[in-house]
Amino acid sequence: MRRAEPRSIAVWTLVALVGAAGWTVLALARDEEVSAAWMVAAALGSYAIAYRFYSKFIAYKVLKVDARRATPAERLDNGIDYHPTDRRVLLGHHFAAIGRAGPLVGPVLAAQMGYLPGTIWIVVGVIFAGAVQDMVVLFFSTRRDGKSLGQMARDEIGPFGGAAALLAAFAIMIILLGVLALVIVNALAESPWGTFSIAMTIPIALLMGFYLRVLRPGRVSEVSLIGIALLLIALVAGRRVAESSLADTFTLAPSTLVVWLVAYGFVASILPVWMLLAPRDYLSTFMKIGTILLLALGVVVTLPTMRMDPVTDFASRGDGPVFAGSLFPFVFITIACGALSGFHALISSGTTPKMIQKETQVRMIGYGSMLMESSVAIMALVAASIIDPGLYFAMNAPAGVVGDTVQEASKAVANFGYSISPADLAQAAKNVEESSLLSRTGGAPTLAVGVSEIFSQVTGGSMRAFWYHFAIMFEALFILTALDAGTRVGRFMLQDMLGNVYKPFRRVSWKPGLVLTSAAVTGLWGYFLWVGVHEPLGGINQLFPVFGIANQLLAAVALTVCTTLLVKSGRLKWAWITGVPLAWDATVTLTASWQKVFSDDPRVGFFKQRSIYQDAIDDGKVLPPARTMDDMHTVVTNSTVDGVLSAALALLIVIVIADAARVCLKHIRDPEASRLSEAPYVESKVTAPAGLFPTAEEKREARRDGTREPTR
Amino acid sequence: MTWLLRGVRWMRWYVRELTDESAYERYVAHVRKDHPAAAVPSRRDFERMRTDRQESDPRQGFRCC
Repeated sequence: MRRAEPRSIAVWTLVALVGAAGWTVLALARDEEVSAAWMVAAALGSYAIAYRFYSKFIAYKVLKVDARRATPAERLDNGIDYHPTDRRVLLGHHFAAIGRAGPLVGPVLAAQMGYLPGTIWIVVGVIFAGAVQDMVVLFFSTRRDGKSLGQMARDEIGPFGGAAALLAAFAIMIILLGVLALVIVNALAESPWGTFSIAMTIPIALLMGFYLRVLRPGRVSEVSLIGIALLLIALVAGRRVAESSLADTFTLAPSTLVVWLVAYGFVASILPVWMLLAPRDYLSTFMKIGTILLLALGVVVTLPTMRMDPVTDFASRGDGPVFAGSLFPFVFITIACGALSGFHALISSGTTPKMIQKETQVRMIGYGSMLMESSVAIMALVAASIIDPGLYFAMNAPAGVVGDTVQEASKAVANFGYSISPADLAQAAKNVEESSLLSRTGGAPTLAVGVSEIFSQVTGGSMRAFWYHFAIMFEALFILTALDAGTRVGRFMLQDMLGNVYKPFRRVSWKPGLVLTSAAVTGLWGYFLWVGVHEPLGGINQLFPVFGIANQLLAAVALTVCTTLLVKSGRLKWAWITGVPLAWDATVTLTASWQKVFSDDPRVGFFKQRSIYQDAIDDGKVLPPARTMDDMHTVVTNSTVDGVLSAALALLIVIVIADAARVCLKHIRDPEASRLSEAPYVESKVTAPAGLFPTAEEKREARRDGTREPTR
Repeated sequence: MTWLLRGVRWMRWYVRELTDESAYERYVAHVRKDHPAAAVPSRRDFERMRTDRQESDPRQGFRCC
């Protein structure tokens, strides 16, 4: 047993005390407003302790990462997708790939329960579930030459469970795209400034694509600088456009935006990658890193106080206007990215394992970048909690509840138990130069208001509208990229599935198949988008829970694969590492889908909702918030679709878990009979540090082998 | 001054690696070392090949929510 040095004991005691102080203040605060600094302290202190102790324990005691075992990057190096990549670069790559718009949306919506439940779930969830999942998947995929999650499910669980996992992934992709598109529609509708600047990103990306393809191939940094400069010009010009005669052209109704977005998604996904997707990706990555750094800096410099309650009454009553249902289980499915996100498993098992230099680095890259993602979620929660709660609810409640005027909205907010005057509501919209902020659901506009509040404290009040639109553009940029990339991945899955029936579908170069499958995928998510925009009960209110369930079910698939692999690789003793998060995730998600299907509360249960509206239709009555008989029929159709979908998703996951349990039991009974498809051991010829900073021993190794750090 | 210069050089290296601007040099080095007999593609051809690969399997370099 190695004895700890007194200095290290002192440092870690201090870190623990900072974290504990943060939690204490957050937990004990009652009627006074608490500084966001305490939330940051609680989160960062906990992350540091978890990284130092828990992730190290998992890496060395459970996974037994082996620095002498060559990784796929070393063995299969082809100079393109398989190549050993410096750990700090890979950390950036991996973080840029996992951290998109997700962690910025969920926490904002979950703020309706108060900031405390969200904070606890983001921090505890990431430490014990999310970061563990990312790291364990990365480790196992690295041991399997970078196989995808779907392939691992098929190889290790079986064709049946594997097929269910694949189908679940496809369904989840469709719902994800529909909801993300809905988020931008809500942010851009009736906003000429926002719509103009986002529209300009298309010609900018095309220009960048042309530059990279024809003028100067591969010069990514210079073209990105040009792109960002043009982007900022478009943003500034947006204000002028909104004040000019062009304003009407860019003032679009939600249903018009739906048509544009679906058309965009279809065209973008059949264009070559170099034209739109690749350049847009560079833009959004740079914007992301820049904005996150600015936001972190802004929070630390301004140390805003949180005006939202720690826990609101909606947490126990379950009648919140943003999304219905009580704290358990709905906070845990609303906040996915940032705490536990199944989608990350697709990246931890796809690109990253082919580039990792050393097995020992899975801790820094898998666990570490998920902690970074989690801190982004914390910042989003801070941004949502520092704005006036009255404004928060006026922005996030469905249009049917809030009404069309500031007077009605002020009354509606009073009904929720908060207060904001009509004048203040009008002023808030004027501050960011929008015609109205009422019922701007989806999280992005709320986050943008929070961000503009923080940034304008640094740069002066006159910049507020600019920062608001900056934040909107930043989110919309991600989401448009996600629509394009997601449609391509969905199409790829569909081509693969249809290839079983009619062979040519599998050939990606077969143009008719490409167009057909692209149209099918855009049509599917376009359907959910259309439904979301026309939903009388509020699209986000109805669809976000289905999205949350879908995303957390994908996490259940990932954790199931991890647990099965732990059992099958002789680590039964440690199976709880992913088994406990799996049990929690499955409980939360299945409870949520159970309630969404069977609850007697019409706000929560889709089928109860359906029967109430159907009965009213039979009696010839119109129930608010529906305004016409057509609205009534829309509600009935939508709640049927959403209800069936929630049930089907839950069923798929139960199948995957049951099939995995069967495999695990079989292995425990007869370990000899089960087969583990791990790549054979090959001795590594290179050395590289495991963590961000090389240890003294690693420096000695590097000197011995002559593998110095680059750039020196 | 040296630390400043080193910092700038490190940033340049990091950005080039992160954006994969250095992919071509890396590939050339790889071909020269492991397949000395093979022809080295031009940068233009290499970049085309790279995007075409992403085209044929969109899961390469997939990013998510």
